[in-house]
Amino acid sequence: MPTVKIPPVLRPRTGGESEVSSCGETVGAVLEALAEAHPDTREQLFSAEGELNRYVNVYLNDEDVRVLDGLETAVGGSDTVVILPAMAGGSGAPTLPTSFPR
Amino acid sequence: MATAADQIRHRIELISLDRAREEIASGTKLIDVRERTEWDESHIEGAEHVPQGDLVERIDELAPDRSERLLLHCRTDNRSVRMADELERLGYDNVAAVEGGIVAWEAAGLPTRSDSGLTADQRMRYSRHTLLAEVGVEGQLKMLNAKVLLLGAGGLGAPSALYLAAAGIGTLGIVDDDVVDASNLQRQVIHSTERIGISKATSARITIEALNPDVEVIEHNLRLDASNILELISEYDVIVDGADNFPTRYLLNDAAVRLRKAVVSASILGFDGQISTFAPYEGPCYRCLYPVPPPPELAPSCGANGVLGVMAGVMGLLQANEVIKLVAGIGEPLVGRLLLYESLGTRFTELKVKRDPQCPICGEDAAEITAEEIGRFPDYELFCGAPAREASPSAVQHVA
Repeated sequence: MPTVKIPPVLRPRTGGESEVSSCGETVGAVLEALAEAHPDTREQLFSAEGELNRYVNVYLNDEDVRVLDGLETAVGGSDTVVILPAMAGGSGAPTLPTSFPR
Repeated sequence: MATAADQIRHRIELISLDRAREEIASGTKLIDVRERTEWDESHIEGAEHVPQGDLVERIDELAPDRSERLLLHCRTDNRSVRMADELERLGYDNVAAVEGGIVAWEAAGLPTRSDSGLTADQRMRYSRHTLLAEVGVEGQLKMLNAKVLLLGAGGLGAPSALYLAAAGIGTLGIVDDDVVDASNLQRQVIHSTERIGISKATSARITIEALNPDVEVIEHNLRLDASNILELISEYDVIVDGADNFPTRYLLNDAAVRLRKAVVSASILGFDGQISTFAPYEGPCYRCLYPVPPPPELAPSCGANGVLGVMAGVMGLLQANEVIKLVAGIGEPLVGRLLLYESLGTRFTELKVKRDPQCPICGEDAAEITAEEIGRFPDYELFCGAPAREASPSAVQHVA
């Protein structure tokens, strides 16, 4: 079964797990199975239309699925799917600015 | 029983350093008879270099008048005494050797020059770098001539700046208008307890100046925004991004691509960090990797979530490592690669990042960004998934 690596920001939604096993023949199916098992992850992964959110990068092993076949990319049992949202932390601020001063 | 060398030594006039300095100052010719490598490493300013093996052959041309006063020196004074004796045999009758040679000269703190471009102090300080074949004197000189800008003197910038200063990066600019807080000290090792409440940039400068006088620190106590970023980064060779908010990261990216400046970008949260090096047009840019920022609930800050101080140090030092490679032109920078570090499992994962042909900043159809577009393009208000509210007083006050 493929392994999914969960980024720190999503771990509260997977019960703290940093890696979960998730069934599926394609990247999309693996992520769908993850969202089934951990429903709180769904809204972070997929838009209302069921597309992968643009701010979430997904890699099959070390390759971005955007340069493969996207959610249709075939996944083998020993593959790893990495979910990676951007992180901005440099360590310090209690709050994020909501817009940038002009 | 006196050896032959002793007998020669007694015949030759040996003069003290003080006397030698007086004579050199009044124009007496000083000949350094050591070998080329010794000369390159350090020599006395104004000396003529003639290795001992060439001296007899070249002396006529150097000193046609055999009554001319000549001073010889070498590393200690063995070679110079021997060569003074040779010259006397040739009829030179006013030759002296400098007692103790350049070893005594340097021990007395007298100035030397180096054709390598490093001072005697620098040769000592950076010897563990220059011993590395990949770095050498040439690489060290590149570091001493390099100008590196750090966005933030916080969790990433503090360890990074400390090691870059130790390594001899000649100019370090620090952008940070925050002050040192007690909660910073668990990871921001460039600051100290007694400096709580003072400017982080100033605190960093104090530490760096005490560590390495070769480094010039430039404090940038300014608001980093679209109006000043181009001018600020244009002065530097490499930028170290330790900002903790997306607007600053996108703003920096857009400006750095425009000016073709490499950015070593890292971010940290909890026990995890990620790092990549963005070299404009050579590899992907930050927007190729992250076309849009995540919504606020997926972008918590370390202040809210906590961060392992040591992990911040690891990531900051990986950034410093990237900077050194870029500056010295060695190794393989993390261009086109994103390195993830999970400190709890002690695991590194490397992901490939490709240039996005559709990238609005560095893609095939991207027009050069105009000054007006920097910091606005495509739409910074959307970055946190919320409508624009009152602008933060300064994005960079929250830097790392």
